[in-house]
Amino acid sequence: MITQVGHDPLDIALAVCAMWLVLAAASLALSHRPRALRALFVGGAAGSFLFAAAGLLALFAPATHTTLPLGLPQLAFHLRLDALAAVFAILFGFTALAISLYTAGYLRHEQTARIARMAGQYHLLLAAIGLVLLADDAYVFLIAWETMAWSSYLLIISDDHMVLARRAGLLYLITEHMGAIALMLAFGILQAGTHAGLAGYAFGVMRETTLPPALASVVFALGLFGFGAKAGFLPLHAWLPEAHPVAPSPVSALLSGVLLKLGIYGILLFTLELLHAPLWWWGVLMLVLGLVTALFGAIYSAAQNDMKRLLSYSSIENIGLILAGIGLTVLFQAYHMAALATLALMATLYQTLNHAVFKSLLFLGTGSVLHATGERNLGKLGGLIHRMPWVAALLLIGSFAAAGVPPFNGFVSEWLLLQSFLGATSFPQPYLNMAVPLGAAAVVLVAGLAAYVMVKFYGITFLGQPREAALKNAHDAGFGERIALLLLAGGCLFLGLFPAWTVDLFRPAAAQLIDPGAARDTLEGHVLFCRLHAATHADYGPLIVLGALALVSAALVLILRRLAPAPLRRVAPWNGGHDTRTARMQDTAEGFGQPIRQVFAPFFRMQIQRPAPAETAPVYASRVEDPLWYALYLPITRSVCRMSEWVALLRRRRIAIYLLYAFVTLIILLVLAP
Amino acid sequence: MTSRALILQCLQCALVFAGAPLLAGWVEQCRAWFGNRHGAGPLQPYRVLRKLWRKELVVAHAASWVFRTAPYLLVAAMIIAGSIVPLLAPIVPLAPAADAIALVGVFAFARMVSALAAMDIGTGFGSMGARREMLIGFLAEPALLMVLFTPALISHSTSLAVIVRQLTTTRLFLYPSMAFAASAYVMVLLAENARIPVDNPDTHLELTMIHGALHLEYAGRHLALMEWAGAIKLATYMAIGIALFLPWGMSATGSASGIALATGLLAVKMTAAGTALAAIETLLAKLRLFRVPEFLGTAFMVAVLGILVHFLLGT
Repeated sequence: MITQVGHDPLDIALAVCAMWLVLAAASLALSHRPRALRALFVGGAAGSFLFAAAGLLALFAPATHTTLPLGLPQLAFHLRLDALAAVFAILFGFTALAISLYTAGYLRHEQTARIARMAGQYHLLLAAIGLVLLADDAYVFLIAWETMAWSSYLLIISDDHMVLARRAGLLYLITEHMGAIALMLAFGILQAGTHAGLAGYAFGVMRETTLPPALASVVFALGLFGFGAKAGFLPLHAWLPEAHPVAPSPVSALLSGVLLKLGIYGILLFTLELLHAPLWWWGVLMLVLGLVTALFGAIYSAAQNDMKRLLSYSSIENIGLILAGIGLTVLFQAYHMAALATLALMATLYQTLNHAVFKSLLFLGTGSVLHATGERNLGKLGGLIHRMPWVAALLLIGSFAAAGVPPFNGFVSEWLLLQSFLGATSFPQPYLNMAVPLGAAAVVLVAGLAAYVMVKFYGITFLGQPREAALKNAHDAGFGERIALLLLAGGCLFLGLFPAWTVDLFRPAAAQLIDPGAARDTLEGHVLFCRLHAATHADYGPLIVLGALALVSAALVLILRRLAPAPLRRVAPWNGGHDTRTARMQDTAEGFGQPIRQVFAPFFRMQIQRPAPAETAPVYASRVEDPLWYALYLPITRSVCRMSEWVALLRRRRIAIYLLYAFVTLIILLVLAP
Repeated sequence: MTSRALILQCLQCALVFAGAPLLAGWVEQCRAWFGNRHGAGPLQPYRVLRKLWRKELVVAHAASWVFRTAPYLLVAAMIIAGSIVPLLAPIVPLAPAADAIALVGVFAFARMVSALAAMDIGTGFGSMGARREMLIGFLAEPALLMVLFTPALISHSTSLAVIVRQLTTTRLFLYPSMAFAASAYVMVLLAENARIPVDNPDTHLELTMIHGALHLEYAGRHLALMEWAGAIKLATYMAIGIALFLPWGMSATGSASGIALATGLLAVKMTAAGTALAAIETLLAKLRLFRVPEFLGTAFMVAVLGILVHFLLGT
């Protein structure tokens, strides 16, 4: 069917997309055989692996494109796999590989009908995501984009007996559609700018044209809105903390790990590829928006008591950091500072890849905890490290990664981002010079808060004593789940320990988007450490840090065993001499978040119920709500309702009135016509 | 050059590892003198460590491997931090491992490990200490990084060895921005090392503890390691302060005579810094916990002022 035979990687990727579609169709045929249905997920995992491999091959080959004879009469499907798409293909393929394997094990105890439904929707979603990355014209892109939106919507509401799930799904669907409308408008303006008719919808033609700055800014704003609805930065974030908790855990992982990243892919595609001559204020806008989003996400995730809500706010935080990275890239690019733009782009892509890997790990681990205990509320967990040693050990890696401490992967991207902030001292505008390094302060504050959040998440779930009696029966994750968690934790370690190799993956994309020379020279690679010459001289060698940590600890253990061979004795805890001690005396999730609520009190919309001093059964309760929900979302909802009431006034259920409307419209048109 | 650099690195590791308790003992001794007490002498920390080593190792039933590995990881992290900071000469073979930003990251890693270990047994004091420690950590970390950014912007590098080399070659030239950074740094040092006015290292009242609550469940050699890690952290912070704000006297080439001179000067500087720390602690009173954010916020703003001054004056 392929008219123009493309190069290998694109063919592989296309074949994988077709295979996912076949798997989705097969789920209909196999809807009564649970084992075969779960085997479909293993097939999907194999496809994901191939997709990632195709991405890896495409990195080191020139961009390939092809057309399929589908679509509109004069606009066949244009497909292309370039370096930027390849980076995201690797991200998507690797994450989907782990999530598919996990799902195959996770659905063991589900009803067959539900497995069948999920298998169909899940593979349709994978195929749609694959096509979004391969699309090279606006038509395919939007078809794939919308397929992705509604198939993920169906997955989110797959627990559709829950009212909460349906409400969250509706919020997601509305946000996505508002975004899609903005994207259609943006593509329309881009196409109009090419003056090439239907052919102008192809990205290849758009790349060749430069829009006047005013029009380009409109396209940028529409694109930012449209992709922002997917990525979830402020103020379009409201669907994240609603949709993630109600979705099944593998779906949450796919949402946070991959779908949000496609919003990032879209913004990069628009600002650096299709509009290719960015203005400086776009960068400033995205930088400010990103930093505000990151702070918002970090503060709110510290105040959450539901594991998945906490993680979804932490996703908002990470998306904020990524957006700040894009803002910095665009700002440098607008002033033609290629070396720094490359550095900032690498920080952005690194953070994107990191977040996909560690957040999928954390969400999948949460799924295992949920399966084992039936509990998502942090206040009812605790002590799981004894019952679920595998999940606990692997999630510890994920928590360190999410907290952004060396030698784990979260730190590498933080380091690169801070280095690009520090380099920002030679803009032609002195105010920018002074203001931009201050952004680094916000990044560090966010990183510190992320560590706080991760200590809360991990400590309350896995450490301490079980807060409920039922937790004593918790069991560890099964084989398939364990393999998936191991894969992702291994990914975290690899990305953390080999930054120089990882950065090599981003060089082709940087060469495509910014400048081939700068992409080659920006970071000096080495197995042990990576070194930066562009703006400042700096090194970071995670392998040395880890090696030294391991070496010194091992030496200490050996020396102490010899010098101080006192035996170990297990006793009741000391606890300052108090011997009454129950599991309820540990910090709850509310308790652990209390300092944050107090320090950042003005940022929260909070309701606190304090018991009276003399009460015999005191109850303390606090509720933290998102002020934007009240300041923005509810007023919009109300005004939409009011507008629909006004529209309802026009409907009179009498044919004469409708004839009158038609007549008046005709008169107006006749008056306007000449 | 390389063998000399390696010897220098080993010397520095040994100095940090073995000398840190002496500095902690000296500070305690000065505090005793300022408080009109005799004090136990600057060697007291060594005696405490020896006593703890000999004691039986007692671990709570509920403790997992997190609790038992934490002391070793903490000491290892602190030794790494102490080995990266230029101490006697701006020649540090381990410097490629971590620059100033990664150094702050290593401290953050250590803080997370100790907070998680404190939560492991599930006592009220442990988790309370953990959340307070993390609160101070996330407030102090940005301030510390802003402090480090000022010299990084002056020398166009975040590598500590490069920064110190740059600062030592411009002899006795005072940067106004560094004055702001120095005062912010002192505040961060007080907070990060659990000193008055942020935390009282001598308190026996668990409810007011921050750092002490993290150690409550530790005993025997584990406790010895935790105490040692604390001493190395203090020494490392002192060393960073000296390297950034009083770097003069370091040996530029690493020759034997230069190193001997630098070691002598370092001893003088450390003694003076320890005395100053004891004086600050004696003169101030402990802050309420929720005044600490204001204290660290001030440190942050002062550090930011330092950066702004750097941009305004262009030096």
